Amino acid sequence: MVYFLIFISAIFVNNIVLSQFLGICPFLGVSKKIDTALGMGAAVTFVLTLATVVTYLLQKLLILWHIEFLQTILFILVIAALVQMIEIILKKISPSLYEALGVFLPLITTNCCILGVAILVANGTNKLPVGADHNLLTGMLFAFATAIGFALALVIFAGMREQLGMNKVPKAMQGTPIALLTAGLLAMAFMGFSGVV
Amino acid sequence: MNNALKTFTNGLLKENPTFVLVLGMCPTLATTTSAINGMSMGLATLFVLVCSNVVISLLKNLIPDKVRIPAFIVVIATFVTMVQLVMQAYLPGIYDVLGLFIPLIVVNCIVLGRAEAFAAKNSVGLSALDGLGMGLGFTLALTVLGAIRELLGGGTIFGLNIFPDNYGALIFVLAPGAFICLAFLMALINAKDENRRLWTNFVAVFIDRFADFKGRADRSEYWLFVLANLIICLFLGILAAVCPLVALCISGLYLLAMLVPSIALGVRRLHDINKSGWWMLLSFIPVAGNILLLVWACLPSVDENNRYGA
Repeated sequence: MVYFLIFISAIFVNNIVLSQFLGICPFLGVSKKIDTALGMGAAVTFVLTLATVVTYLLQKLLILWHIEFLQTILFILVIAALVQMIEIILKKISPSLYEALGVFLPLITTNCCILGVAILVANGTNKLPVGADHNLLTGMLFAFATAIGFALALVIFAGMREQLGMNKVPKAMQGTPIALLTAGLLAMAFMGFSGVV
Repeated sequence: MNNALKTFTNGLLKENPTFVLVLGMCPTLATTTSAINGMSMGLATLFVLVCSNVVISLLKNLIPDKVRIPAFIVVIATFVTMVQLVMQAYLPGIYDVLGLFIPLIVVNCIVLGRAEAFAAKNSVGLSALDGLGMGLGFTLALTVLGAIRELLGGGTIFGLNIFPDNYGALIFVLAPGAFICLAFLMALINAKDENRRLWTNFVAVFIDRFADFKGRADRSEYWLFVLANLIICLFLGILAAVCPLVALCISGLYLLAMLVPSIALGVRRLHDINKSGWWMLLSFIPVAGNILLLVWACLPSVDENNRYGA
């Protein structure tokens, strides 16, 4: 039951983009069409789940050797290496998936939601519903659900932006300002979920 | 010298990272719940930007091209760890507020972007100036956004109470408010032509047509003046909450200065709709007179060549 609540909490109540403010750059940059949004969402899901598991185990090692202050440096290096490795392995194992994810994989290294969620889970400060302890399983599920939430927000936003492209927007608001305003209204809508879990 | 100045001001205005380049959105939206928080985040990023730009510029000839991104990331991460540890030790209050976003300076697109685009190709001095300019531009943007959100959300600026009873709309310090405030702020700053027109009109009405009771004024001239007046009064209002005596003096002088041009503008607007300027005296009638004048001020221009000129 608590695992289901983790999903609800991470996807809707504490949506990574609309309430935690992580992953805004790809949110604004990649969401102009629905298929690119889906591609980015899939890539992030893949990388985020793997990265969280690896960095969680790495954190245990850092605590063992009393070098917690190296967390930032080691995490980002591990994530960069992981993304590179995923790219190579994916190209070998499943060329079709590699083609589908395309250019988004290298872009994910500087995606703040990967590093952000990794740090949150490793430090045990991620928001879990009452009754869930912070361990590897809940961490992994949290990361997976967070990425699904990211993909959801991205696809909804892409749909709205496609519609927006067909309407007349005042000159000063064209481009990023109207996108931000739309994101604000979407964030307001998602605020309706607060208190559910 | 000229090149150095151009590099420095580039990041402040022409290529401001937040409003023009639209980089580093995550910390911009997340940490601007108040002016102080925004400023602290900006200053932390400024430090990392300058230091990483300098070091990367020093090492640019030693780093092989294939591994340059990981190498840049290591340099940036080092300085971020330094900032993290110093803030944790000496500024625990701010450290708790900024939380996760301090280590996330590593993946701030501005830092890596400037390292890749500028520091890897230019001298140490110019890279340092570029980092400083970009960092100051970022800090400025964050401080302004933080101040607006703090004012609208809780009625304070930098902790000083502006609105009585901390009257404000909570939405502005929450997630949606960040998006909405930044959207309008960006639109305001990018509407350069309209901004210029607003203030040239104000200057024209105030100085050129100070006591012009004979000509005409169309709707745009009238209402742009009203808007500019409103903005100035808003700032005077905020000043009044901070230091009342100074604000009182400045407001008094401003009121005196605006008395004649305002009346002249009203008279000219009346001429524009082919009415005699003496109708301005209607404003002495408590409510109805002013409402009527308001409606008249919204009417379109009448007659190309009426008795008051073209």
